[in-house]
Amino acid sequence: MRILEGQGVTKYFGGLAAVSNVDFHIEQGEIVGLIGPNGAGKTTLFNLISAALPLSSGEIRFKGQKLNGLKPHQICRMGIARTFQETKVFPNMPVLQNVLVGAFFGNPNRVSAADAAGEASQALGFVELSAVSTAPVKDLTLVSQKRIEVARALATKPELLLLDELMAGLNATEVSEAMELVKKIRDMGITIVMVEHVMKAIMGISARVMVLHHGEKIADGTCNEIACNRKVIEVYLGEEAHAGS
Amino acid sequence: MKKVDITRLFAHRKLLWVGFLVAILIFLAAFPLYGNAYYIRLLFYMFMYATLSMSWAMFSGATGYMSLAPAAFFGAGMYTMAFLQEALPFPVIIVIGGLVSFGFALLVGLVTLRLRGIYFTIFTFGLVMFVSEVVAYTESHLFHAIGRHILPLDSKTLFYAMLVVAVATIVAIYFIRRSRLGLAMQSIGGNEEAAEHMGVNTTRIKVLTFAISAVFMGAAGVIMAPNLIYIDPRIAFSPAYSFMPILMSVFGGTTQLYGPVVGAAIFAYLERTLREQLPEYFMLTFGILLVLVILFMPHGLEGLVSRLQNKLRAVIWKSRKGGETEQHANT
Repeated sequence: MRILEGQGVTKYFGGLAAVSNVDFHIEQGEIVGLIGPNGAGKTTLFNLISAALPLSSGEIRFKGQKLNGLKPHQICRMGIARTFQETKVFPNMPVLQNVLVGAFFGNPNRVSAADAAGEASQALGFVELSAVSTAPVKDLTLVSQKRIEVARALATKPELLLLDELMAGLNATEVSEAMELVKKIRDMGITIVMVEHVMKAIMGISARVMVLHHGEKIADGTCNEIACNRKVIEVYLGEEAHAGS
Repeated sequence: MKKVDITRLFAHRKLLWVGFLVAILIFLAAFPLYGNAYYIRLLFYMFMYATLSMSWAMFSGATGYMSLAPAAFFGAGMYTMAFLQEALPFPVIIVIGGLVSFGFALLVGLVTLRLRGIYFTIFTFGLVMFVSEVVAYTESHLFHAIGRHILPLDSKTLFYAMLVVAVATIVAIYFIRRSRLGLAMQSIGGNEEAAEHMGVNTTRIKVLTFAISAVFMGAAGVIMAPNLIYIDPRIAFSPAYSFMPILMSVFGGTTQLYGPVVGAAIFAYLERTLREQLPEYFMLTFGILLVLVILFMPHGLEGLVSRLQNKLRAVIWKSRKGGETEQHANT
């Protein structure tokens, strides 16, 4: 089943098309990688899905329901959660409170305080941060802050999770830990779209990869198909490199 | 050598606090029975400023939206009193004054809370000026006279009314801070974009809490009016009523509930005594004090208290450790 579908998705910033006429679809339960050079429009596409930005034209459907015109908090309550490329935590609040926000407000129904607390500590346990639950988030490392964002997103009980460069700035060990975490989330039945520059991570866990370049989708397929795709190699390595090979 | 066990005291801390607060409340409630008129009036101002500061800090301290609008809501309360003083009993007017300010703030919030940062602050400051002008214009054209006389009420009635409003404000804000609303406000102050993406309806929360904070300001305004006896738009909507609560909250600290209360109590005392003893240097002394606070007490009194607490804990820990090693030496 297609959980998310985009048709002719377009976003203009002034005269510049940041995302241009992109068609895409995400199947339920898969991990989809979204790659492309800097400025390709990956984060803009995430912002369009999560309604941080309004579409210039086209439409996005979540489980068949049109998302156009909705507010970010409504998108979240429908079941789409996200993390941010530049971590956006609540710096002065303790770790558990950060996750509690997601548990309380990310649900379409009213959540009781006890349920929310349970939900939040469960999500914290899932990302293995229970030990620091009372520490202010600003005192934690970047890796931990990214994990808190994941826990906060999970506490909203999403069906679709958008991960924006979860692995950026992480060392090799941390990257493989993060990959394990992403797999664990998929195994919970949550569909994942991840923007990533760490190729090892993308190729390791994605079932399918979409490639954006200058706001256009230039390729969409399995990891092997993408790795052999002429256009993709041109974009990443330059034309001469390809011509020389 | 006998030692007082400090840890056992800490175990009953909550109980101690409640007892302490009840004692203060009894002391304050009984004050008019034995205190003199000067101090009754001083306490009245402390209650008033505490109410304004707490309600300001509840919204602006938590969300980070610096509002300069308290004077507008406070003044709205005063004018509510001016219009209704002969028609309705005093307690009813206090409630209506709160509701008038609530409705007014709801309207203002819907328009302004889409603005962020400095633009919101400037708009709220402009609002106070605007309301003041509109009231002056309306009065002069409709009633052909600017300003209104308020029938005086005896100082004890005003004292108790302001005490009740201040206590109601403390209790209400205590519960709001612990509620979903409080968590939502904090998340907006932490990172509004993230809050919105986590399902917080930020616009609704901001407008609602802005209006709730105005309820207390409006109620306080109703009680302040008879104390002034005469009001006109300049007096009722004086920007000082916007700035004072902010100074007091900055001085006391905005992250804890007691910060604005203590700040208001100290500043109200300073304001009263400085005005009488050093009328020429009143503003100057005030200014210097504020600069010193901002320079040396970055989180206000709260910051100072938590720093002292940490030091005290370190001392206790050391002395306990010292005692233990002594014991070990003896065995």
